[in-house]
Amino acid sequence: MSRNAVRFLRNGVVTELSEVGANETLLDYLRLRERACGTKEGCGEGDCGACTVAIGSIKNGRLVYESINSCIQLLGQIDGKDVITVDDLGDREALHPVQRAMVDEHASQCGFCTPGIVISLFVLYHSGESADRENVNNWLSGNLCRCTGYRPIVDAAASAIDGKANDALSGRLAETQKILGEMQDEEDLFVGSEDRFFAAPASIENMLELSARHPDAVILSGATDVGLWITKQLRDLPKIVHTGRVKGFSDIVDSVDKVRINAGATYEDAHSVLYSIDPDLGEVVRRIGSKPVRNSGTVGGNIANGSPIGDMPPALIVLGAKLELRHDKSTREIALEDFFVAYGKQDRAPGELVTAVTIPRLGSSQHFRAFKISKRFDQDISSVLAAFCFTLDGDVITTARIAYGGMAATPKRAVTAEQALAGVTLGDEAAIKLAVTALTKDFTPMTDMRASAEYRQKVAGNLLRKALHEIRVGDTKTTRLLAHREASL
Amino acid sequence: MNKLTLQTVGKAITHDSAEMHVSGSAHYIDDIAEPAGTLHVAPGLSDIAKGILKSVNLEAVRSAPGVVAVLSAKDIPGKNDCSPGFGGDPIFADKEIKFHGQVIFAVVATSRDQARRATRLARIEIEGETPNVQVEDGIQSGETVLDDYTFIRGDAPGLIEQANSAISGTITVGGQEHFYLETQISFAVPGENRTMKVYCSTQHPTEVQHLVARTLGQPDASIVCECRRMGGGFGGKESQAAQWACIAALASRVTGLPAKMRLDRDDDMVVTGKRHDFLVEYSASHDDKGVVEAIDLELNGRCGHSADVSLGINDRAMFHSDNSYFYPNLRIHSRRIKTDTVSNTAFRGFGGPQGMVFAERMMDQLAIKLGKDPLAIRKRNFYSKGRDVTPYGQKVRDNVIRQLVAELEKSSDYKNRRRQIAKFNRKSRFLKKGISLNPIKFGIAFTLMHLNQAGSLVHVYTDGSVQVNHGGTEMGQGLNLKVAQVVAEEFGIDVSQVQITATSTEKVPNTTPTAASSGSDLNGMASKKAAEKIKKRMVDLAARLFQADRKAIRFINGKVELGDREISFAELANQCFIERVQLSATGYYATPKLTWERETVSGKAFLYFAYGASCSEVTIDTLTGEMKVDRVDILHDVGSSINPAIDIGQIEGGFVQGMGWLTTEELVYDSDGRLSTHAPSTYKIPTCSDVPADFRTALFASKGNKANTIYRSKAVGEPPLMLALSVFSAIFHALASINPGKVPDLDTPATPEAILRAVDGMNATGK
Repeated sequence: MSRNAVRFLRNGVVTELSEVGANETLLDYLRLRERACGTKEGCGEGDCGACTVAIGSIKNGRLVYESINSCIQLLGQIDGKDVITVDDLGDREALHPVQRAMVDEHASQCGFCTPGIVISLFVLYHSGESADRENVNNWLSGNLCRCTGYRPIVDAAASAIDGKANDALSGRLAETQKILGEMQDEEDLFVGSEDRFFAAPASIENMLELSARHPDAVILSGATDVGLWITKQLRDLPKIVHTGRVKGFSDIVDSVDKVRINAGATYEDAHSVLYSIDPDLGEVVRRIGSKPVRNSGTVGGNIANGSPIGDMPPALIVLGAKLELRHDKSTREIALEDFFVAYGKQDRAPGELVTAVTIPRLGSSQHFRAFKISKRFDQDISSVLAAFCFTLDGDVITTARIAYGGMAATPKRAVTAEQALAGVTLGDEAAIKLAVTALTKDFTPMTDMRASAEYRQKVAGNLLRKALHEIRVGDTKTTRLLAHREASL
Repeated sequence: MNKLTLQTVGKAITHDSAEMHVSGSAHYIDDIAEPAGTLHVAPGLSDIAKGILKSVNLEAVRSAPGVVAVLSAKDIPGKNDCSPGFGGDPIFADKEIKFHGQVIFAVVATSRDQARRATRLARIEIEGETPNVQVEDGIQSGETVLDDYTFIRGDAPGLIEQANSAISGTITVGGQEHFYLETQISFAVPGENRTMKVYCSTQHPTEVQHLVARTLGQPDASIVCECRRMGGGFGGKESQAAQWACIAALASRVTGLPAKMRLDRDDDMVVTGKRHDFLVEYSASHDDKGVVEAIDLELNGRCGHSADVSLGINDRAMFHSDNSYFYPNLRIHSRRIKTDTVSNTAFRGFGGPQGMVFAERMMDQLAIKLGKDPLAIRKRNFYSKGRDVTPYGQKVRDNVIRQLVAELEKSSDYKNRRRQIAKFNRKSRFLKKGISLNPIKFGIAFTLMHLNQAGSLVHVYTDGSVQVNHGGTEMGQGLNLKVAQVVAEEFGIDVSQVQITATSTEKVPNTTPTAASSGSDLNGMASKKAAEKIKKRMVDLAARLFQADRKAIRFINGKVELGDREISFAELANQCFIERVQLSATGYYATPKLTWERETVSGKAFLYFAYGASCSEVTIDTLTGEMKVDRVDILHDVGSSINPAIDIGQIEGGFVQGMGWLTTEELVYDSDGRLSTHAPSTYKIPTCSDVPADFRTALFASKGNKANTIYRSKAVGEPPLMLALSVFSAIFHALASINPGKVPDLDTPATPEAILRAVDGMNATGK
């Protein structure tokens, strides 16, 4: 049984499309098919936010709206969801409260980024969260503005948002939730032909069966990476298997000693549980991409794509995470670090799927630290991501687990440095110096547009020093510009 | 003009398009409803930076799905050039490849996606040569795009050589990508008899009109160029918008159908020019108080493969290498370096910021050498009575920098905070703080004299509504609103009664670019003149019809007061029609008193100067090089503001854009001349969280511009960008605290890597 039309909600009306290109983006649908031109294309790669739209879906029994980048979201991905664009919020006679505030605070100049910013603030307006500065910054992390310098936008957010929503949408939440509930079905979505299709199976079994049958299909989760293959590399991806409708695929199972995150869980879904393992792990997640990217991108996808600069893998490797993979009817579990074989090569057979990652919680003698280095704090790709997990006996390091991103062709452990630190007392500067030197044996980083090899090597060593200093002294106010642990603990 | 009597000018009115912006109903060119049959154009680019085209095989491109036509140099009926003046910018590469990303051909297809995909099917052979990429490569090759230019006063090199106290140094100043949110776009719609209307996102519709006409080999009068608004410009749509208009127009001419060309973001970043990067070498002599005696300055600006508007940009770097300081003796030498890279172009500040980086570095360096507060050194070098002639011979007559800096010094609590920071740095091992208060002075006028003119066309309709057309373009800076305020003021009507229109070459011809911060100075004045003409006719009629005393007639609150009686503005407008009085007029303004002669380095280059100052506090992490801006205080001089809300927006936005230029925005080219940072994923403009939480902006309490500008206001588009120099100086100050007395080696942009390198340099032994 399968359904061969994509169904979603627009302004309270169910839209059903049987003609959906396997690679068609939501933005192209809005601008070219609906001619709803309020939403703009600024970059076509999910980095500027001019294309931001709000997507409503039922999560844990509640209707929630999240911002996403429509330029790299495929049309098929919004099956079963409510789509709200700037065109839908209000007109000039009856502006939405966030629109009104944007006008009153002089928060638009050229206006091209404004529709995306309005949507980001609209979603914050409905989140129930506060509009304090730090939070607004976080919700706007995916919206570039080149004109205003942002100050009036932040002021507009503060004046319009107080955690309580009272707009046209508020009045129809229950009805929308009801319709979306009715739209959820147990059928697989399959649009297209055997040679060219967008498929979104409803169960893990059907997805495994489909991907075994089409080992050449691209497995698509949030499309924050694959979307760019289409819009930037102009690759033709005839077969897409989307994980977004698979029942239970985004579940998170939190237990006393470990956390299991199924591969379809987005960064935002997983943020709080990862934060609960350690604030630094939460900060790594908060610094990945932007809010819209984290609303789409998945922890599983960040692992499965095998990027040498993915931020999750180094952090999860030092925590001793295990990766679950399934192929047709078989299941296996491997240490996460063993998944990354070489550049662009992972331990994954065609048709095999990454299905979950399991992360042990820290023991009482274990100390975790992670640092992301990039040119810009928000929405940037790491030049170096450093993660550390030290097991201490008093102030002696019994075991050290150290891994870096951006230092090699894969996320990689610093085995020589780890060995150099075993048995070392915190504060033993001479021994730490040896460990820092050992990093030059572990890595031969490269120079690219993000950083030079020299900088990467230098900062990798400095971050090891910083982590050890912090664990010894316990204070991060004097060691960090942001994400102070004291504030979180 | 007494400000108290003004009704509309001086009010913080919201942007005329704000409600459209926030509701998504403001039209940009890609939002205009497409006529049936509209085609889409995508460019085919060179993958090689320098070489000779050997063969171009476009067969596969032609037969790709949806392709209607493929265009190259031989399809151009007119001239294959889209340069703003000096030539050397082919629309399509013919034989020679001059930079990576140069357009070789264009595909016209039924959808944009099809056009883009088809471009990838071309088979192009280029015999490549090793390109000159960096400014150093260009210097070594000795090739320039324009002649050198020099300002000389006294024997600066001789004085420096003999001086007891001298400093010298080198600083690399990075370029900058405009990153307007709306990429370059043009949409050509054919009319009858070979006429064509080209919608173009451009700061210079007239130039686009002329270049399209020349490309098609047609008269200017057969082409109309229209621009309602740009999604950002910043100088990047001054000369860089024309090529896409020419190609779209050619596609339309060849196919007979409307044709639209919108660049992909990555293509846009690769193929359009950027802010010039500079290699600056300097030496200077000074007295024991830090007062500069002589400077010897080499400004090497990387122009790329062609001249474009590099003449004015490199001149302006020279003009502003004094910032706010008097140099008794000087040699300022400018070289316009040619490289095999995209032709660099106008960008907010137009070379001025690069020149000012030198001035501020020199002051910071002098302060370290003398162990003084850099602000004290800056003040000692300010222009003052008897020390008031600029390197280009113009006397500074409207200087307010001393008073302005004194006010900011007090309001920002600079002295006290500087002491606190010194204390913090003594105790803090890993984090170091810095603070700096820097002045700016920016000359207002095009230094290419003939550009200092503008026209306007004002219509009053019989219902009392008014339409304004002027030659300036709207890129978010609020120009249309300011002009509407001026016209509303003239007629005593509410600004909402003034209809703002798209800029069109058929309304106001032969216009100059909206650039050099001059938009409201020029177009405000021209529009006021047009409105004055109509108003005079209305007054004449009212005096005649109602036997009113001309002196008693006032236009106010939508009414016309006629001594003992009043009628509405609309009634009088209608009466004009009945009595056959013309309700339409043109206005024209040419900036007076400008006498600059480039050849002789003499005369008055600028009508006036805009002033400002900023104080920034930063913290750096000496283990990683990361940096955070903690607080910024700005005081800026806009004369008598036409619209304080708009002006504050320009100041804050300019500051943040300048901060990006000096910190996170890094253009990286590989050795083959390919730009590696060609997308927002790798090129990082500031985000919301980069803006300091404590960000205080105030307007200087000005008595009004000394020059007779529109309502005594001052230009505000470019100057505030340079306020960000205080961030760079504050980072320098934080670095200096690591090893007092040693001069940090920090270039721009101050990325984490650049800062960490400078930290290591400070920790290294030796001075």
